[in-house]
Amino acid sequence: MQSGLPSVTFGSMPPKTNKGRIFCCRMDERATSQMLTVAEYAVPFPYSGGSPHDMVAAYSGMRSSRSMATVEPHKMTADDARRSALMAAAQSGDKAAYQTLLRDCVPLIRAIARRKGVDISQVEDVVQEVLLTIHRARQTYDPTRSFTAWLRVIAERRAIDLLRQSGRRGSRELYAPVAFENYADETADPAVGLNQSDDAGRVSEALASLPPRQREAVQQLILKDQSLAEASAATSRSKGSLKVNLHRALKALRGSVEREG
Amino acid sequence: MSNVSPPDHSHDQFIEGLTSGLQPVKPLPPAGRRAMIWLGFVVAAGLALSLIADLHAFAHRFMASPDMWLSMTASALTAVFAAIAAFKLSLPDSPRAWAWLPVPAAVVWVVASGLGCLRNYILPDTHVAPLTGTMDCLVIIVALSVPFSLLMFAMLREAFSLLPALTATVAGLAVASASATLLNLFHPFDAAAVDFLMHAFAVALVIVVCRVVGRQLWTSINIYVVDRRPQ
Repeated sequence: MQSGLPSVTFGSMPPKTNKGRIFCCRMDERATSQMLTVAEYAVPFPYSGGSPHDMVAAYSGMRSSRSMATVEPHKMTADDARRSALMAAAQSGDKAAYQTLLRDCVPLIRAIARRKGVDISQVEDVVQEVLLTIHRARQTYDPTRSFTAWLRVIAERRAIDLLRQSGRRGSRELYAPVAFENYADETADPAVGLNQSDDAGRVSEALASLPPRQREAVQQLILKDQSLAEASAATSRSKGSLKVNLHRALKALRGSVEREG
Repeated sequence: MSNVSPPDHSHDQFIEGLTSGLQPVKPLPPAGRRAMIWLGFVVAAGLALSLIADLHAFAHRFMASPDMWLSMTASALTAVFAAIAAFKLSLPDSPRAWAWLPVPAAVVWVVASGLGCLRNYILPDTHVAPLTGTMDCLVIIVALSVPFSLLMFAMLREAFSLLPALTATVAGLAVASASATLLNLFHPFDAAAVDFLMHAFAVALVIVVCRVVGRQLWTSINIYVVDRRPQ
């Protein structure tokens, strides 16, 4: 049944269950969203990291039990058992297994967060929170239990935490761009603006007087706020060279500004 | 045509940061076993204190006032159940319903202790606590709570609670009830209204302090800064 499916994208639509069946929403090249098929959750399928079917299986396993912490080992799906094995390996210090597992978790966490009602713009925050929690709490995982169920509870709680934070922030803050524009800043001091302008001018002059490589390092790493790797790729210089030039440039700038003022 | 999604690399940098320098971790023992270790420490402290306690007076008092067994048993059960619940709640995937586990025993403890308020009316010749004696109760409960809570939080910190305030409150209940149970070794008078109120104050104080300290403990662990820029 599933082998004949065209490529399936799960997007942000969570799976829905109804009397033991899971309705899978798929999108293809022509239709944006269309209910096309009904898949028995018990139908076996090959593992595909983060695929929609994988998520459906995970959900079916999770939704079969109200208490996620008490899923029995014999009820694990093959993918769940594989994740549990990966987590056990991660507990032993296997970095590759841990990276595989965390990457595998990302689509699941996204699906759970969306299902809890997290805004699409905040889903990635939940993903990082959950990944961090998995990392911090990895010693609490019992390898004889379902990893997916363990992950689901953590993801749901982190999603709820974020929703509460957003709710609190929303109740305190008001989006009023017109009021903000019309707000009179009583602390505004014209002299401060002039001083800042003078300072900016001195820094610009000092920057212009730097050797080209040092100026380039400042522009890439400080003004453009690029990482070392990004700056290295943009300038074709080594990271070490950029670091050294940045250090020398900052030292020269500091000396120049102190001498002038 | 394949149903295999492309690998998700959107968080590779973050994952790389988490996994760099990965150290092996030993899976925590079950929560029940960790609770038994903590309770074993409490029992050991009780045995050590019994060496300096007047056990004869202790036995005499309980023979004379059998209802006090109910209070002591209930406080001991509260300590046991609260300890189990606290260690369960310290796991990130435990249901918050574990917090209800010690509640029935705690209710019986409060009700049985409250009977002491009526003791003067039921048994007019009963020797009830003077105010100075009740102050000793406060000191003993607080003093015993210090080592118990230190051990409790040291053990809880090995886990990672996503319900820090609730976990710390239940842990505080375990600590306070264990201390109140051992207080009976040094309680040469029957409970009365003043004594009951002092016990309630001491227990509430311990629970509140544990809640505040425990919450800070886990909140400080939860706070983090994500540096998205590669080093």
